[in-house]
Amino acid sequence: MRRWLDDLPKYADDSSWWPKGTKRCRPEVFLIWLGLPLTLLAYFTVGAVLCLALGLNQTNMNDYFAFGVWIVVDLAVIALGAGAFFTSFLNYIVGKTELKPIVNAAVLIGFICYVGAILMLGIDIGQPIRGWFGFWHANVHSMLTEVMFCITTYAIVLTIELLPSVLDNRRISRVPEFGTMGHNLHTIMIVFAAAGTFLSFFHQGSLGGMFGVLYARPFAARGGLGIWPWTFFLFIWSAIAVGPSFTTMIVMLTEKITGRKLTKHSVKMLMGKISGWLLITYMVAKSADTAWWAYIKLPAAGLTMDDMYHSPYGYWLMWVELGLCGWLPALMLVQEKVRESYGLMFLAMLLACIGVTLNRFVFTIQSLALPVLPFESFHAYLPSWQEWGIASLVLGFGLLVFMLAYRYLPIFPQEPELNE
Amino acid sequence: MVIDLDKCTGCGACSVACMSENNIGVLHDETDKIRSITWMRVYQIDNGKSFPDTEVAFIPRPCMHCQGGTSGTPGQAFFQEDPMEEAAHTPCVSVCPATATDYDEETGIVSQIPTRCIGCRYCVAACPYHARYFNWYDVPWPKGTPRALSPFVSPRMRGVAEKCTFCYQRYQAARNKALVSGGEVGEMDYQTACTEACPSGAITFGQLQNPKHKVHQLISSEYTFRLLERLHTNPKVYYMSKREWVRKKADNYVTRHNKFAQAAPQSGH
Ligand code: SF4
Ligand code: SF4
Repeated sequence: MRRWLDDLPKYADDSSWWPKGTKRCRPEVFLIWLGLPLTLLAYFTVGAVLCLALGLNQTNMNDYFAFGVWIVVDLAVIALGAGAFFTSFLNYIVGKTELKPIVNAAVLIGFICYVGAILMLGIDIGQPIRGWFGFWHANVHSMLTEVMFCITTYAIVLTIELLPSVLDNRRISRVPEFGTMGHNLHTIMIVFAAAGTFLSFFHQGSLGGMFGVLYARPFAARGGLGIWPWTFFLFIWSAIAVGPSFTTMIVMLTEKITGRKLTKHSVKMLMGKISGWLLITYMVAKSADTAWWAYIKLPAAGLTMDDMYHSPYGYWLMWVELGLCGWLPALMLVQEKVRESYGLMFLAMLLACIGVTLNRFVFTIQSLALPVLPFESFHAYLPSWQEWGIASLVLGFGLLVFMLAYRYLPIFPQEPELNE
Repeated sequence: MVIDLDKCTGCGACSVACMSENNIGVLHDETDKIRSITWMRVYQIDNGKSFPDTEVAFIPRPCMHCQGGTSGTPGQAFFQEDPMEEAAHTPCVSVCPATATDYDEETGIVSQIPTRCIGCRYCVAACPYHARYFNWYDVPWPKGTPRALSPFVSPRMRGVAEKCTFCYQRYQAARNKALVSGGEVGEMDYQTACTEACPSGAITFGQLQNPKHKVHQLISSEYTFRLLERLHTNPKVYYMSKREWVRKKADNYVTRHNKFAQAAPQSGH
């Protein structure tokens, strides 16, 4: 017993698992840090057990807010996680190899966002055990069917895309079979990048389409481009615009917290530039969409903009989404001077990410809060603590996976040279 | 179905009959109105004037059994401009990922299969009439009450969506009877529970396309209208009222000054 205790520091020493040329905190410090995600996951578990055992009456959702905060979080993290498919697409298919140092991180963040979203959806549906009916009794006309198919298959693709990083772990890669497998996976990654691009493109779109096809809900309904309402394209567009920003923001945050340089600033600047220009084009399209909606769509349904913006979901939401968190970060990110500044670029990226989250909030909560029947009443909605518990899954799960990955996997190939 | 709002007194007998016919349970807390289930809901509206000019009307609202827009119909809704077959679908049916709700071409009834519903609530979001309800709670059937349930309608479990089915079980019974006797389902062979229960005879039920049925004649009246007609959901529930303010309350009627709104086409009635 005594000997075992004396040897404890030796057992706890995990430095042989760290990526080559890196330094990580001591195991006991790491364990303390792990307390944060584990607490969040415990909070999630309490909420999940209550919802599964007692039903969705544990939430503050009701027949007026059938889509509550979980769908907002789902839509938001899936949009923010779009950095995975878009960065892989640019790196592997377009040939922008300058992005290679950040692709692993993007894929990891995408994986966290998608798996987190799927886990949350498992609690969100009233009959989780029947979740597979969406595949078995699929209704090909439903956008949600497309979302279910693409999101599940894309989560599998992301897992495969993440696998080479896991197999590249210093200890794991020593096993010859794993080493060879990891190497082979690297060489065929273009196939998965292409599959991921296709799947992610469609389900990002279908998430937007889900609202656009609600033709009897004038707040959400949109016109069509082919068989798709244009929210289909606006959602993809906004996701690929902020996805790179979110990835970069997480990398910057990790740099600040760990005190280590993880990617060159030029890589971050390139991500910011891509985000900025895409955001500009998205904002043009989104502004045109808003004008069409206000002047053509709503009056045709007998409504006006004033009918759409009730307290607490007032006009301020629109100005914050389109102005403060839309046009402003877009114009900031296209300026080289802004991108050169670590702080300003972070701020612009943060605003852009808040903007897309607000957009998803508006489509989910505000659009359904507004009664279409003129003699129906307007309700406000505040999620219950159980709902926040489920929503915190993405954060808890994300932190846990990210911390483990950062400690043990070669996610940041430039780290050794930048910290010599 | 045609509901004469000038005859409706708001007594709620239709609601009660519907609950009893369709095994709708009573929840622990019926004051939680945004979570309680009322397939047939009675709204109270007024003309907004103060006493003594106040007028009140009641709008019973079952599921509208929307047909959806028809291809080629001029309109603003996305689907109307779409030539594809599925584009002309019912709002709730077209969104359900598990085909748990469906449109029956033969009867025009929108069905609901509780045991197939995964509880995603997308249909609840799609319906502008709030006709769909989600089972937030297990129904606390008090001891003995299950024996009083109708054996022809399955009680729904927690976590699924449900709504009025125009008492489809009654249609099935009438159809079976007609099959055996070799005849047709007659107007009075198939009536919904709410129609039968209404003491003032405000509800009329039948085949809208059948000239021999009373509803067919009623819908050609200039006082007949449907709820939210401009959305092109094409409901199969019609309302009647000789009072103009009641008819106007049925749709969002723009009163503010908006030149674009005034230029936009209004409801047909
Ligand atoms: S009223 Fe609502 S539930 Fe009924 S058919 Fe129409 S959209 Fe569906
Ligand atoms: S709640 Fe049920 S019926 Fe409604 S869309 Fe989801 S699966 Fe279909």
